[in-house]
Amino acid sequence: MDQLAEIISSNEDKIRAEWIRDMAKTVQRSDLISKVELDEQCRTLLAAVVSAVKTSEPTEISSDGWTETREFLQSIAASRARQGFSLVEVATFVLSLKRPLFSVIQKTLASDQPKMSDALWAATELLDRLALVTTEAHMTAKEEMILRQQQEILELSTPVVKLWDGILALPIIGTLDSARTQVVMENLLQTVVATNSKFAIIDITGVPTVDTLVAQHLLKTITAARLMGAECIISGVRPQIAQTIVHLGINLEDVITKAKLSDAFALALSRSGRTVTRLATAPVSPISGLFAKREE
Amino acid sequence: MSVLKRESVPLKNSNDVVLARQKVRQWAVELLFSLVDQTKLVTATSELARNALDHGKGGDMTLEVLKEGAKSGLRLTFEDNGPGIPDIEMALKDGFTTGSGMGLGLGGSKRLVHDFSIESGVGKGTRITIVRWR
Amino acid sequence: MERIPVLRMGSLLLVTIQVDMHDKLALQLQDDVTQRISEWGSTGLLIDISSLEIVDSFIGRMLANIAAMSRVLGAETVVVGMQPAVAITLVELGMSLPGVRTALSVEAGMELLYGALPALNSGSGDERPEA
Repeated sequence: MDQLAEIISSNEDKIRAEWIRDMAKTVQRSDLISKVELDEQCRTLLAAVVSAVKTSEPTEISSDGWTETREFLQSIAASRARQGFSLVEVATFVLSLKRPLFSVIQKTLASDQPKMSDALWAATELLDRLALVTTEAHMTAKEEMILRQQQEILELSTPVVKLWDGILALPIIGTLDSARTQVVMENLLQTVVATNSKFAIIDITGVPTVDTLVAQHLLKTITAARLMGAECIISGVRPQIAQTIVHLGINLEDVITKAKLSDAFALALSRSGRTVTRLATAPVSPISGLFAKREE
Repeated sequence: MSVLKRESVPLKNSNDVVLARQKVRQWAVELLFSLVDQTKLVTATSELARNALDHGKGGDMTLEVLKEGAKSGLRLTFEDNGPGIPDIEMALKDGFTTGSGMGLGLGGSKRLVHDFSIESGVGKGTRITIVRWR
Repeated sequence: MERIPVLRMGSLLLVTIQVDMHDKLALQLQDDVTQRISEWGSTGLLIDISSLEIVDSFIGRMLANIAAMSRVLGAETVVVGMQPAVAITLVELGMSLPGVRTALSVEAGMELLYGALPALNSGSGDERPEA
């Protein structure tokens, strides 16, 4: 397709100028990309297309000759996706090259109809395929962003709180699937080691349903903690949950469960040799006198 | 899907099992697996390498780095020319054992990885392939 | 042949496993421990696995066996310092090591053995280990 290469390179500036002008009419997003940068990108793409078209067929864009063009398009599509350009805006970057390119082809080959329609056909096929390359790259970039965000949400939504020396609390809000269980286990166990805590209270008030799978996940966490030398207490068991557990025949014989977090806390305190006593004299403030001195 | 790197190590004695574990650890670290994932891979290796040695009368392990789209993975293949496993389904059940001990190796290893496949027949040896993706 | 040292601290035995154990070494440890408990009349055994990055079913069984054998010989065993990644993997593998008492650290393990704190209910004390 030397013809196409020739046409593009001898009319490069003209094509680029019209291309940019056309884009400005529809979508330019000057808030996200500067004129200079856009100009630079158009220049690079046209140069890449010219050199590729000289050596490879316009329809074989997965071949080596088109690698430079493909990679360039993939990288700008990915970076535009991250910047916030929409799919349409990204595809338009490539597709709006059609009109200026076609008008130059028509002018140059006006005297030779068959050659002109060949060139037009090659040009449209090429640009369609290149547009698809950008769409694919845009989508992949968006998917990666979503995955990353999901991971962050997982990690943020399982905080481990220290209630007292050696006693941790882990309030779980939302469903407990196997992916979340992994995060919960890792988080909890690392905190157990870091704080040298023998007790972990897993509060499931915020877990909407407990079926056999969820129970399995909880049991895994409890067993893992036990293997390390820490004991888990489940708290926040609602009446409906208790009923479901019995109906499903879930075996929680080896697990200590409490309806309220406060009961679980009291149990952990007593198991670790502590007690809460009320002072005989009137406290200075409503709160300060409530707890006996910590025996450390 | 493509294989980016490949290496085979023998499993002829118990020292080879230790070396196999270390090699898998090395490759898993290079692939940037999390600590828990590394531990799972190395533990599965220990189970399956030991099986190949004790029940399979020795064999080898092949490590391969896989790449599929954006994700990368580590594939391990354990092969031996031993007596083979007559009843694979039974062998995969937890607690099944032909010798002394708890016999959790096979079924347990399956839970440590994403993909698990096993080919075995009486007198035909055994090949177990496991993959863990990052 | 290399062996894992078994240290004596009064009526306690202390074993620290730091190397990547191969099978023979594990069996040697089993022998040594039972031997020493008999010899010295120890009543407690502390196994520190805080350096172990891998515990597979073989090692798991070894720990359970040592705990069971020691009990028969009149000594209580506590395994301490299991790493989080190891605990998670063991659970996935299907091993819960019933019959093996555990603690977070050497100090916690010694407290358990000396009975300074009320023993934690891990449901393990009186169960027969699986054969």
